[in-house]
Amino acid sequence: MRRAQLGLVTVLVALVVGLIFAAALGALACVVSVLVVLIAGALSSWFVRNRYRAWRYQERHEDLIVARGVMVQRLSVVPYGRMQFVEVTAGPIERLFKLSTVKLHTAAAASDARIPGLENSESARLRDRLTELGESKAAGM
Amino acid sequence: MRSDLPGEDGWQRLHPLSPLTRVGRLVPIVVLTLVLAVGRHGSDRGQEIYIAVLGVATVIFGLVNWLVTRWKIEGDTLRIESGLLRRDSKRLPLARIQAVDVVRPLLARVLGVSELRIRLAGSSSSDGRLAYLAEATATELRERLLNGPPQPAAPGTSSPTGASLPAAPEHVMASVATGRLLGSVLLSGITVVLLLIALVLLVLAIAAPSTAAAAVGFLAVYIFSLGSGLWRQLSNQFHFEAVEAPEGIRVRRGLLQSVSETIPYGRIQAVRKIEPLLWRPLGWCRLEVDIAGASRKNQRGEGSGVARKALLPVGRHQDAWHLVDRLIGQTMPEMTAPPRRAWKKAPLSYHFLAAGHDATHAECVTGRLRKITTWVPLEKSQSIRRVQGPVQRLLGLATVHVDAAGKSTRAEFRDRAVGEADRLVEELTDLSRAAREHRTKPPIERSPDLEAAIPSGWYPDPSGRHTQRYWRDGAWTEHVSNDGGATTVDTL
Repeated sequence: MRRAQLGLVTVLVALVVGLIFAAALGALACVVSVLVVLIAGALSSWFVRNRYRAWRYQERHEDLIVARGVMVQRLSVVPYGRMQFVEVTAGPIERLFKLSTVKLHTAAAASDARIPGLENSESARLRDRLTELGESKAAGM
Repeated sequence: MRSDLPGEDGWQRLHPLSPLTRVGRLVPIVVLTLVLAVGRHGSDRGQEIYIAVLGVATVIFGLVNWLVTRWKIEGDTLRIESGLLRRDSKRLPLARIQAVDVVRPLLARVLGVSELRIRLAGSSSSDGRLAYLAEATATELRERLLNGPPQPAAPGTSSPTGASLPAAPEHVMASVATGRLLGSVLLSGITVVLLLIALVLLVLAIAAPSTAAAAVGFLAVYIFSLGSGLWRQLSNQFHFEAVEAPEGIRVRRGLLQSVSETIPYGRIQAVRKIEPLLWRPLGWCRLEVDIAGASRKNQRGEGSGVARKALLPVGRHQDAWHLVDRLIGQTMPEMTAPPRRAWKKAPLSYHFLAAGHDATHAECVTGRLRKITTWVPLEKSQSIRRVQGPVQRLLGLATVHVDAAGKSTRAEFRDRAVGEADRLVEELTDLSRAAREHRTKPPIERSPDLEAAIPSGWYPDPSGRHTQRYWRDGAWTEHVSNDGGATTVDTL
């Protein structure tokens, strides 16, 4: 899980964009805007880091626990048997870092457990393990 | 009719009157268009030809549709084939059926045919519809679908093979009188809106008559749609009756279009009792059940949709309690209120909030103006969640959800103390696992001698201390009620 890297990228991008933007507006504006961008970047990276740290999951004998959130803390306990299907997705930024997201679907729309930013090998392992466990413990509806 | 009988390979056709019934449903629209057209232009030759061609095309389409649609039961799947150009072949596994509805629009009732709707879990596109079947065939097929293949006669019983079994006895659990239904519809939010509109118009009419006239024209559409909403509620729930049938609970309702829905007991995901603000002084409540399967309204929803069905559109607490008892068994988990400090987070709903659970069910009360009591069988729980928002963290509170299948079907243990919430998550997880593994038998078992006994229900209290006492499975229970109000506990 390297969610923090994504935060770093945003800071860099923000800096570059800010510099270009500020260069067109003169020296004072340049300093102010760089400062603003830096602070925003620091804040966002701090935020992203916290978010990343809050995201935990645990495979237990009978169920999967996913916890996430900084402001609103959520913890889901999903029994393997209730799993309808597992979804692995990777967006363009995730692909850049060879990461992917594993999503668990149950019949209840509210209980969907999502684990983002997994290394590709780990997500493949998790996917296979979850499907295997889901099949052996299937309870459906 | 020949075509109604099984063909050589078991394929069956729909009822020969079905094209007529289908087309018949369009007649009012066609007539309306005609009248409008005539009213606007006077009689117009081109218009008439156009409508005649349209009518003939519809009839031909209906006939072809009837010719190419056929169905049969093959082992434990129902197969439906339809379509001339785009052949559509459906296989509905009987084990996956969530509910079966028999719908009879007005014309179909006149012609003695009915439509069968089969609900499966998941998308509505997999919904099976057979329109139309002869009434007897529809009832027979429904029983077949819900009970599985006919059982060979048990060695002990002396039922002759081939002879049709007598229809299983049905026991009416609840019905709604027309007067009360009317009252409940009139006491809904729509009426309040209508009254408000009328009030505004009245004020306007006094202050500025010309503006009022314009406003009437502008609001007419809304008033009409609100009024038709009221009418729909009334006609849909007219003559409401919930009946206990061997294969499930059966709901019959409808003024012009009669609907008979059958929900197998094991398919109920959650039961909900709703007490709107306006109904509370009268002590009325509504009872709904959730079953998996997309309803027409939320078919675009994410995940698997859930169909919400009224089990009792309006009734006294006693009736609702009786139904809940028969549906999910005796559940009286000890209810506890959240800690006092929850008042700061939920000032409006604080006095309602309560939740509890026993080994098989979770029960909880939520709602601000509408008091909602939800029961979720733990066996049906899909996941357990604990959510804590910033305000809750400040107050040391957390909410625990027990999710059942569907979009927003869940029991909420709202605003519990953190320690209790953590304990609840563990406990509910373990209990649901145990309930799943057990797969407790269906709550209602019908033994032949039970039918002779007095059916469960409210009867005058033999001890005389209370107005009524609940009778269940041949014995008095400790549940009592006074004047149709809330139920309390008092052992005999």
